[in-house]
Amino acid sequence: MSDKTLSTEQAEFQAFCRAWLAENKPAPHSTPLPQAAYEVTDPSHLTYLTEWQAKCYEAGLIASDLPKNYGGHGMTGCQQIASTEVRAAGVPYFINWIGLGMAVPTLLECGTEAQKETFLPPIFSAEHIWCQGFSEPGAGSDLASLQASAVKEGDQWVINGSKVWTSLGHFAQYMLLLARQDKSDKYGGITYFLAPMDQPGITVKPIHKMTGESGFNEVFLDNAIVGDHLRVGNVGDGWKVAMATLTSERGAGVGVGAVAGESPMLVMEQVIQLAKDTRRNGRRVWDDPVWRDRIVKVYERTEASLYNGRRARIKALNGGAMRIPLQGKLTGSEISQSLHQIALGILGLKSSLYVGDENAPANGKWPLGYMNTYTGTISGGSSEIQRNILGERVLGLAKSK
Amino acid sequence: MTTPKDFGFNDDINMLKDTYAKFLLEQKTIEALRPSLSGTEDPYHGAPRQAFFDTQNWQKTVELGMHAVAIPEAQGGIGMGLVAATAIAEEIGRSALPTPLSNNLIATFLLRAADTQPAQKLLEEMAEGVSVGLALYGEDGSLEADSTDVQARDGKLVGTAWYVTDAQKCDILIVAAQTQDGVDLFRVNRQAATVSVSPDRIVDLTRDQAGVTFASSDAAPLTEQGQGANCLNNALPALLTLTAADIAGAAEWQLQATADYAKVRQQFERPIGFFQAVKHPIVDMMIAVDETRSLVYQAAAAFDFDPDDAARCAHLAKSSASDTAEFCANRSTQLHGGIGFTWEADVQVYHKRQMHSQFMFGDGIWQRERLADLL
Ligand SMILES: Cc1cc2nc3c(=O)[nH]c(=O)nc-3n(C[C@H](O)[C@H](O)[C@H](O)COP(=O)(O)OP(=O)(O)OC[C@H]3O[C@@H](n4cnc5c(N)ncnc54)[C@H](O)[C@@H]3O)c2cc1C
Repeated sequence: MSDKTLSTEQAEFQAFCRAWLAENKPAPHSTPLPQAAYEVTDPSHLTYLTEWQAKCYEAGLIASDLPKNYGGHGMTGCQQIASTEVRAAGVPYFINWIGLGMAVPTLLECGTEAQKETFLPPIFSAEHIWCQGFSEPGAGSDLASLQASAVKEGDQWVINGSKVWTSLGHFAQYMLLLARQDKSDKYGGITYFLAPMDQPGITVKPIHKMTGESGFNEVFLDNAIVGDHLRVGNVGDGWKVAMATLTSERGAGVGVGAVAGESPMLVMEQVIQLAKDTRRNGRRVWDDPVWRDRIVKVYERTEASLYNGRRARIKALNGGAMRIPLQGKLTGSEISQSLHQIALGILGLKSSLYVGDENAPANGKWPLGYMNTYTGTISGGSSEIQRNILGERVLGLAKSK
Repeated sequence: MTTPKDFGFNDDINMLKDTYAKFLLEQKTIEALRPSLSGTEDPYHGAPRQAFFDTQNWQKTVELGMHAVAIPEAQGGIGMGLVAATAIAEEIGRSALPTPLSNNLIATFLLRAADTQPAQKLLEEMAEGVSVGLALYGEDGSLEADSTDVQARDGKLVGTAWYVTDAQKCDILIVAAQTQDGVDLFRVNRQAATVSVSPDRIVDLTRDQAGVTFASSDAAPLTEQGQGANCLNNALPALLTLTAADIAGAAEWQLQATADYAKVRQQFERPIGFFQAVKHPIVDMMIAVDETRSLVYQAAAAFDFDPDDAARCAHLAKSSASDTAEFCANRSTQLHGGIGFTWEADVQVYHKRQMHSQFMFGDGIWQRERLADLL
């Protein structure tokens, strides 16, 4: 299927992506990968995924549209195509999702030239894995209440405190770090750093998720050292820089590569197939009108997200630049959650069989996936916080803080 | 085939949409409607409310050429497609306008699907400003073409068509009637002596609706023999998309009106929009409206550029729209409190239009049943 609305260059690139992905799709790892990069802990998975990302970068599927001096490939209008093709190809996800999805847009928007030239290329190649040290035990939704302290000593900063829920902290070379240089100013007292993880002042301790997996950590900062040249933005401007990171985390940023695993459409198709293959009351679940309605309603919303994505780029029809993009994480995560709830319902008692049980449908993918949808509805600002943001920033309703 | 990245909204269509939106804003459509509503509140007593029809508005609409947007150039129209018609339908919904334009847009696509000489002739008349209504339903209000209660015998129609929208605003009716070969579509002069229109008492204040009885009325076929059901089926994506667009426009109005109210109404020393039990449902209205709008534009684009996918996309659009209509109407009234429950409030006008639109050409559940068959 070819797309008439593409330029010749784009059409050629699309064809290239398809051919390249078909040819270079890696053989599966000897043990199953977790469902998303959030949950990777096995070092051999890390090696496998790092190699895969590096290969995609080399082929031009990552950083397609960025300038060459930042390690980009200097094309135009091609990243979107590459990302779409990657998502549709059923290939492994990119391990460095925090680097690609958060560090890159933050540096592009707020970093110095030197920071961009130094840090961007090894993010693309996954040579440097990144993590995000924002949340703390006492600072979740109310992120600006964070307490980790930053004290300037000469041309470096000494950091003390602790971070929590730090995804990929166990593999990371660098952390996007928020710390407080001024206790008396909630929002203006925060500074943003790029902290090297490999140092005596930083200890990483894994936390287990409800699924039994790990993937996120506690991180203790005990006289950790960060050079002043690793500060992003001015002293006290950390909150503003953090907004750039969070905007990207919530799906409203520029994007330099697909970070997700299976596309929602793919999961949707699997659920429809599941309903067709499962029998209940002497008929296919798909032939039960109640189930059909539930399933097709989510199908309708999945399609709507797809076309929302298109409409967001049309000025005359989008109702304002941020109105649709700011909905992305909220609707995406809630749709995914409903979809998994439906899958569990179709399976009924079979959904009790978990990963590792020989009779578990799709090796327990559905109950595991369902539990992991809470990653989407909680992290990066919970669904409740997203609704606050949408109400306040898009609709202008009174601020809740 | 695929649809264009901009859903086919080119400069011409954007200009058309803006022109019409500006025109409707100047017309102050709700203010214009208001006098017709006063004194008609009591449902237990008094004569049925006279359906409001601003004939000047309709004349100006015709002068602007809005009625002819989708009529082919060969029949004296502007020759645009469903994308353009959808843009207009959305604005009609946004202003809750009582107008025969909605049905004329729908009729245009029905006649285009009929693709016969008499259908083209009627399109020519429509281009001149003749207004057309649709008499397609039987008593059960089901959209299945063979559910019509009207019979055609020797060029005459007998029986009653139900739920004829804007029957009092049109000159010609397109009537679905049973023949020996199945269902055909016919044209009937609405003002003929053998045609009697008895207005329904309806909830919606912005449309009129009637039962139309044919007592051996002269009728000329618009479709080839036995092709009525086919024709309806082929035009169905357009019917659904236009109705969904009306809902999307009205729902956007409901969203903005409710958000505005939540900014000015103060309780507990704060604007009520501060409270999350108010804020979050308003955001959910926005999410619903945005999903519907995107599906509506995609459905229109599919009809014009990717016809094989038009039915699926149109069912998606109306499925989403029907649920959005119900949800936005519900929240808009609730979040306005007592004032929203009054006859004086504009939200009630939109609420009732949405209650009507939700079920036109099938509600969400019906659409999803059809969709499931396509998946
Ligand atoms: C899988 C996973 C990975 C994560 N990875 C990272 C990471 O890599 N780096 C990082 O910095 N953080 C990470 N986080 C942390 C995440 O950002 C926080 O969990 C999140 O911001 C919520 O904070 P909290 O857990 O303290 O919950 P709380 O803020 O305590 O919230 C508890 C409940 O109260 C609700 N609530 C709180 N405030 C309000 C309000 N004003 N209005 C309405 N409801 C409210 C919340 O929505 C939630 O339902 C991760 C979290 C998860 C689950």
